[in-house]
Amino acid sequence: MSERDNIFARIKEALMLKAHASHGHGLPLVEEHRRVMPPVGVTIEEQLTLFANNASELKATFKFVKDVAELAAELKVLSAAEQWQRAATHTGSLAHSQTMALGLATIVTNYGYDKDELELCDVGITECDALIAQTGTVLVTSHSAGGRALSCLPSHHVVIAHRSQLVADLPEAMSLVKQRYSGNYPSMISFITGPSRTGDIERIIVLGAHGPKRLTILCLQN
Amino acid sequence: MSAPATHFKEASRRMAADLRHRRIIQTAMVKYETVRDQRKLWFQDWQGARNLAARTKFEAVNHLDQYLEQFVRLIESRGTKVHWAGNAEQGREIIFNILRAKNAKVVIKSKSMTSEEIHLNDAMVAAGYEVAESDLGEFIMQLRGEEPYHLVAPSMHLTRGEIQDTFAQKLNETTTDSPEDLTMLARRVMRRKYLQADVGITGANFAIAETGMISITENEGNARLTSALPKTMVTLVGIEKVLPRYEDLALFLPMLAVMGTGQALTCYNTQYGGPRQPGEADGPEEYHVVLLDNQRTLLLADAEQRDTLGCIRCGACLNVCPVFRNVGGHSYGTVYAGPIGSVITPHLRGLKQWKHLSDASSLCGACTETCPVKIDLHHHLLQNRRNASAPTAGKPGFFQKLAFKLFAVVANHAALWSLTTKLSRLGMKLRGLVNGSFFDPTRAWTKTRELPPIAKQSFREWLKEREL
Amino acid sequence: MIITLFIPCFVDLMHPQVGISMVRIFEKLGHKIVVPEGAACCGQPAFNSGYWNEARTSAAKVLAQLQDAEAVVIPSGSCGAMVKNFYPELFANTPQVEAARKLAAKTHEFSSFLVNQLGVTDLGAKFPHRVTFHDGCHGLRELNNKRPPRQLLAMVRGLELVEMGAAETCCGFGGTFSTKFPEISTAMSEVKCASALETKAEYVVSCDSSCLMQIKGLVNKQQKPLKTIHLAEILAQS
Repeated sequence: MSERDNIFARIKEALMLKAHASHGHGLPLVEEHRRVMPPVGVTIEEQLTLFANNASELKATFKFVKDVAELAAELKVLSAAEQWQRAATHTGSLAHSQTMALGLATIVTNYGYDKDELELCDVGITECDALIAQTGTVLVTSHSAGGRALSCLPSHHVVIAHRSQLVADLPEAMSLVKQRYSGNYPSMISFITGPSRTGDIERIIVLGAHGPKRLTILCLQN
Repeated sequence: MSAPATHFKEASRRMAADLRHRRIIQTAMVKYETVRDQRKLWFQDWQGARNLAARTKFEAVNHLDQYLEQFVRLIESRGTKVHWAGNAEQGREIIFNILRAKNAKVVIKSKSMTSEEIHLNDAMVAAGYEVAESDLGEFIMQLRGEEPYHLVAPSMHLTRGEIQDTFAQKLNETTTDSPEDLTMLARRVMRRKYLQADVGITGANFAIAETGMISITENEGNARLTSALPKTMVTLVGIEKVLPRYEDLALFLPMLAVMGTGQALTCYNTQYGGPRQPGEADGPEEYHVVLLDNQRTLLLADAEQRDTLGCIRCGACLNVCPVFRNVGGHSYGTVYAGPIGSVITPHLRGLKQWKHLSDASSLCGACTETCPVKIDLHHHLLQNRRNASAPTAGKPGFFQKLAFKLFAVVANHAALWSLTTKLSRLGMKLRGLVNGSFFDPTRAWTKTRELPPIAKQSFREWLKEREL
Repeated sequence: MIITLFIPCFVDLMHPQVGISMVRIFEKLGHKIVVPEGAACCGQPAFNSGYWNEARTSAAKVLAQLQDAEAVVIPSGSCGAMVKNFYPELFANTPQVEAARKLAAKTHEFSSFLVNQLGVTDLGAKFPHRVTFHDGCHGLRELNNKRPPRQLLAMVRGLELVEMGAAETCCGFGGTFSTKFPEISTAMSEVKCASALETKAEYVVSCDSSCLMQIKGLVNKQQKPLKTIHLAEILAQS
């Protein structure tokens, strides 16, 4: 017998003995989750405000931009302020065109890249799958955000999102992933909630432990 | 006494009297309690959430075979190689085979208690691999050659000055003692390692059956990078970590964050379902998932304590445990410290050797009260005590047993109890002669506490006199 | 009503005032008191040490003595939890399980009996002192008895209740734990007492004499300015 079979045999034998369900039977419905979980408001406006408040508490920067022109201007301001030399992005059309417009030395991860060079980039500019109001989370996948490293290795992660990408809560984000990728999931799905941080030294929060020190979310209004 | 029991006795005695340690831990825990309690209020119904989490884990654990089978089938369908390890040795051997096949030299790890459980690091280092623990707390512990102090916060017992000294000694790097500077130093060191590493090894917080993915919860981004940059990725995960559905994470991720660190959600909660897929920009060429039993099926076979397999390793029971807060994580001498460790270690590593951990509790129940998946922790400690004194467990505590038997007779017999009342007074007088010395039968108490006197008139004597 | 008092061994020998106070309180309320002979140990020490057979020997005698009682009241959350919560478990799969369940249903911890069964919160007591309250773990977590003692204290004339930060933290007693692991037990007690002392209270009040024995033992040894008193003793003051 293989070890797999051994383990399954032990599990099956163990489960012959029934345990007492002290806290009830059956998997809870998503509706039951929603009744206990943090409230998210009803209207889109409420949820946008919730997202903005959460992002600010998480020390992420969240900004609305009216249109693509304003987005480009905002990126220019950031680039100048932080003196970006090198940028990285992916083939998502908006992220790609906006990054190229900055006129910096640029890596496009989907075309193949050198890890050491990506590490030197001042910024990684990506798109995303969703923004989650409940927790101020940005949902990215290796499909939507140019692979695994782009949203984590450069020291500043800039997310370009669209107002219509806002979802109310975590269950909604998860069912969105299931619908969008069903049967063909990206190999990485990441719920990003604020810039990287650690509290391992005297429980004092330091941003940028290993991942990005800054997270900026630029949200297109229309 | 078993060797682990002797270690515990000595270490806990030393730590309990260490006022500096007590101050550090109390301060850290009070900070934790404040943010945790704020976050609990953020939920519409925290107790309701605990019930749902307990129910979900009950379903998962009690249908472990089905969910595990589904998880494996789906994750394999995307090109993941799944391995089965019956015990710690097999787990290490599987990982060594992968390292050999890849001709690996440098290994980067993200935080994994399961890897601590099978002593993976020591084995890899002994075999000549260069291993880097990427989580900041774990990295500090690796440099100091210490075991993690706490499931969630491995270095919570250290001050910034101690960490500054460690970095100076082990890395030959000097910085100020500010947490910011120390963290940035670790960041610089670790960035080189991510880029050099041949293999990245991670743990997993959950394994989702419905979608065939593992899920990793972290704050630093080190697991993200461990999973992104090396050509080969390995995830070591206990078989009990399955959750039935993807949406179950919507409940468990926030609950884990609230109880673990007092956050609403940790910075990165990431699911991995395979190696780099066609059309993806990057990711490992190979992905291996190692499923570990290592006595978990033994716990599963104990229907009374099966709920312990629902543990999400949030560390909340350690944080509220007055024993843990006074003896610290290292006194336990085993990877899973605190109440959950005291419950499961006797199952995982032998009751005879580890039953003392179940005795070392006042049974206050703070652990059970806080557990987000409602594991009946302090009652399980009672059951372990019962199991340890069962005839099948050898010939334990003959004299203790006799004493309890005698007391049962005496205390519940009117005349004998009345006699005992008088004898107690005499006994207390006689004790005065040996007060505090080796011959004082109450010295375990009286060394630090005064003994209450036997009343001149007991309640029952008062009652008799009154009725006359 | 005829109230049967279960007076645990250490209350009988070391804290008779607690039992005496209870008798006076219930008689004042017009109830008749019965104290059965030959029932002083609920079996908890043996039970908690894992010796369930020996615990059953004790418990069986208690069961026999108390089975005809109308209501059983215990001045201890700890012994109360033993009879109320653990007897049915201890006698599971034995012929006495039904009797254990019946006894459990009519057994009450003192403060919860007053408030929840008799509906009494004001006993006309007077105790002009600043006090802090210690929640015994069994009363708090096994019996869910957080509010009754506070409701009772709130009605005591002249009494000022100042909650301590660690009100719900274990005092470190834990029965045989206190002598099996005296250093850990003492450290826990020091944390507890430090929190109590911070309130500048004169007294620590509790529903459990065993916790108070631990707290008093420590503060007396360390000569700290803190006294201990059982809730029943306060309620009997006028």
